[in-house]
Amino acid sequence: MARTAVLGRLTWLVAAVTDTVTETPRVRTLILDVPALAGHRAGQHVDVRLTSEDGYQAERSYSIASAPGQPLALTVERLDDGEVSPYLVDDVVPGDKFELRGPIGGYFVWEPDGATEPIFLVAGGSGIVPLMAMLRQRRDAGSTVPAKLLYSSRTIEDVIYRDELQHIGADVVQTLTRAQPPGWQGYARRVDIQLLRDVAFPPEDNPRVFVCGPTSFVEAVAEGLVALGHRPGQIRTERFGGT
Amino acid sequence: MYGPGVGIVSRGFRGRGRGDDSGRLPPGQYLTDDFPVLSAGPTPHTPIDEWSFTISGGTEPVTWSWTEFRALPSETVTKDIHCVTKWSKFDTDWAGVSVDTLLEHVDYDRAYAVAYSDGGYTTNLPIEDLTGGKAWVAFGYDGEPLEPEHGGPARLLVPHLYFWKSAKWVRGLRLLDEDEPGFWETNGYHNYGDPWREQRYWGD
Repeated sequence: MARTAVLGRLTWLVAAVTDTVTETPRVRTLILDVPALAGHRAGQHVDVRLTSEDGYQAERSYSIASAPGQPLALTVERLDDGEVSPYLVDDVVPGDKFELRGPIGGYFVWEPDGATEPIFLVAGGSGIVPLMAMLRQRRDAGSTVPAKLLYSSRTIEDVIYRDELQHIGADVVQTLTRAQPPGWQGYARRVDIQLLRDVAFPPEDNPRVFVCGPTSFVEAVAEGLVALGHRPGQIRTERFGGT
Repeated sequence: MYGPGVGIVSRGFRGRGRGDDSGRLPPGQYLTDDFPVLSAGPTPHTPIDEWSFTISGGTEPVTWSWTEFRALPSETVTKDIHCVTKWSKFDTDWAGVSVDTLLEHVDYDRAYAVAYSDGGYTTNLPIEDLTGGKAWVAFGYDGEPLEPEHGGPARLLVPHLYFWKSAKWVRGLRLLDEDEPGFWETNGYHNYGDPWREQRYWGD
């Protein structure tokens, strides 16, 4: 099927892997060279398409981890029953190529220009990825908008971007739900309403809230924030589901 | 052999097949047994006694309370559903009121509709795609009341289009002369959303 380039059309582009970063035992970041890719906004995602030698194709969506203006980075978590993620996490090496198109999504996005409301970011597991793009952009832009990240992981080994988060220039609060290392100073339970009350900017500050993670996590956080008096219209959610 | 696309080969990628060879899986989709959730904000919880469904844009607006809505003739249907995020689910069982049944009560001469929901969500459809046994206002799933996270108490069900057209927490339809793109349709997603033509995004 011939496809012609039309304004606004998202054509499939060839992405070349230039580098990989092992973030955790289950998570890897791919740095990609995609010459014709349009600039993105923090929070957006791309569609990845893999093609096997017999022509079989599989498509999945992945959030962009990099700040706008930086080389495109996708951070991918291996889902054990997944079809695409094990290939991206375990098999791909620099020099490999696959297709992608994007950037996609115009709602779960944040831009520092003109932003005045504090941002409260809540991540469950690999839900950190699009929120990291926002924090990186905020840092790179020298934005003074108050920012707070609440990040829930199972164990310390599962914390993605562990080192970079220490100097991201935002208030980072972590909870480890399954096991904690000796001397752990953070929270040690699933995010609940009391934890949100402790950590979130108060509703009076009218923070803009971005929540990303598995469905049950996002449901619990969004409902908790609404119960605490945050306006539903200020809460934007992105949920991971399927493989 | 698997459809369109330039498709540079990804070294060493085999895949495991799309989980289906019946011809029921649209291009770019994979089969799942889960029922993933996609929504842009918190789940609204509207009490049944505050719920109503309104169709405006006819000679006069028509509104049903929950009790009146549930007294309308309903159907159970079994449908394949396809989400733009790539998952498809076969043979999902729904109970709902056909949009044909609702529109029997409305005197209108319009070509387009916008479905609107609690929480502010909207999505647009040609009325042609809501009529002729193609769309329902569903209140039941798998023999149970529809759960809030899946759109309960009632959601639109338009299974022949990508599932974002099946607005969760739906509260009414506005019938219009002109097409009026809704929430995702103004945020980069396709205006019509036919999974068989893989109309995911603007320009597809």
